[in-house]
Amino acid sequence: MTGDLAHAALKVFEGLPAATAGVGKDLVNEPMIRHWCEAMGDTSPAYEGPDAIAPPTMLQAWTMGGLSGHQGRSGAYDELFALLDGAGYTSVVATDCEQEYLRPLRPGDAITFDAVIESVSERKTTKLGTGHFVTTRMDVRADGELAGTHRFRILKYAPTARPLPEKKAARRPRPVVNRDNAGFWEGVREHRLLIQRCSSCGTLRFPWLPGCGACASQEWSTVEASGEGTVFSYVVMHHPPFPAFDPPYAVGLIELAEGVRIISNVVGVPYDKVRTGMPVRLEFMRVDEELELPVFRAGDAGPGSGCASGVVSGGDSGGVSGGASGGEG
Amino acid sequence: MGAGVKGDPGGEGMSVGVGGGAESAVAISVGAELAPLEIAVTRTLIVSGAIASRDYQDVHHDAELAKEKGSPDIFMNILTTNGLVGRYVTDHFGPTVVLRKVAIRLGAPNYPGDTMVLTGKVTAVEQAGGSESGSESGSESGSESGAGNGSGGATAVVRVVGANGLGAHVTGTVTVTLPKSGGQA
Repeated sequence: MTGDLAHAALKVFEGLPAATAGVGKDLVNEPMIRHWCEAMGDTSPAYEGPDAIAPPTMLQAWTMGGLSGHQGRSGAYDELFALLDGAGYTSVVATDCEQEYLRPLRPGDAITFDAVIESVSERKTTKLGTGHFVTTRMDVRADGELAGTHRFRILKYAPTARPLPEKKAARRPRPVVNRDNAGFWEGVREHRLLIQRCSSCGTLRFPWLPGCGACASQEWSTVEASGEGTVFSYVVMHHPPFPAFDPPYAVGLIELAEGVRIISNVVGVPYDKVRTGMPVRLEFMRVDEELELPVFRAGDAGPGSGCASGVVSGGDSGGVSGGASGGEG
Repeated sequence: MGAGVKGDPGGEGMSVGVGGGAESAVAISVGAELAPLEIAVTRTLIVSGAIASRDYQDVHHDAELAKEKGSPDIFMNILTTNGLVGRYVTDHFGPTVVLRKVAIRLGAPNYPGDTMVLTGKVTAVEQAGGSESGSESGSESGSESGAGNGSGGATAVVRVVGANGLGAHVTGTVTVTLPKSGGQA
């Protein structure tokens, strides 16, 4: 997790040196030029022979610290990085590079450089993650003469958390339980799917609400669903993937035998085999150690077409569907 | 091979000829497009580019550490992209062209196995001495442009895009000064 850094604490670095009196580790030289050209596939004759110049785009390469690290890096730059690292912005990616070439570099040129921290952005969220852009500007000199300028922008960021498989399985979202629906969740805990019934007009309602949509009465009791139902409609979720869900999966609108409808997962059948009208039966699925949810299992109606008989046994395996029968409204 | 000045047959504005690599002359005018260059983004290119640019960040050579940092694989470093963009433009205009400025912004990373196609389009041309349209500076009269080591030809700005399978890997502009026409720089 990343801690918030006050932008002001970062802005104080603007204008401070990023590198002072840096010295290129190598003189501009033919072997490094040749290695560069080989890597880039650059066959220009300008970079070989007695009048060779270095490819201008090598400008920054002459200032790189290599494996043995940077020299001449300023305390301010290290401090800024330590601050960003400490806040969790530990990754770096370069985003922009603007170079101006004032005179060509030739083998034998001795490189020196100074750089300043131009700006540190506010916290930004990018596809890669959240972090701060740090822009530096460097003057590169050859034998003391300004040869080029190099503006460089990096994003110092905390990578967007990718779903780390297995390690820390994400948990399903918790239901929001309040006074209006607490009774429903109590029922789920007891493996009973409870439907509200208006005490005045007898209308069944689901999901749970404080008042009757038909007569506005606030008096109600409950009836326990038989657990039988049919797929009234459904969607298959492909995208976007949510933590704890493994697309594609089918979400059904189930019409219960009692007439009300409930949204839940359709299980026991491949997502692409769910069909409207398909008979399903309630069961309770343990999601994790503290959450169970009512879901609907499609019968093993076999590959044949005809929608099997009305009642689909839910007692094939799972065992969670045990107590769902009885109590008719 | 310095190429002679070309006229501007279309009357479309500036158009001067420059030595294009070997023998052919390349007309430069606003709107002109550079032939696309396809770059196979191999692991070898990514690693050799990183090392040639003295960039030993692990994400440019070590796939496992790159993954730990949230990247699916190693990816090309910005210095290599910069070098390729520069090469693309200098290849087009020939070895006598002078690179003035390369400004790039990175987007979608270049991962191994991808292909990047560089395309370019001339967005501005300014004659040496600031003449605004296709003055044919065959003579020696062209005054030096403000840029330091110029050989005094036209300055052109090329908009470059490098697209890979994921989208635009790089967008940017490259400013070049063309050799004074009619003579070798």
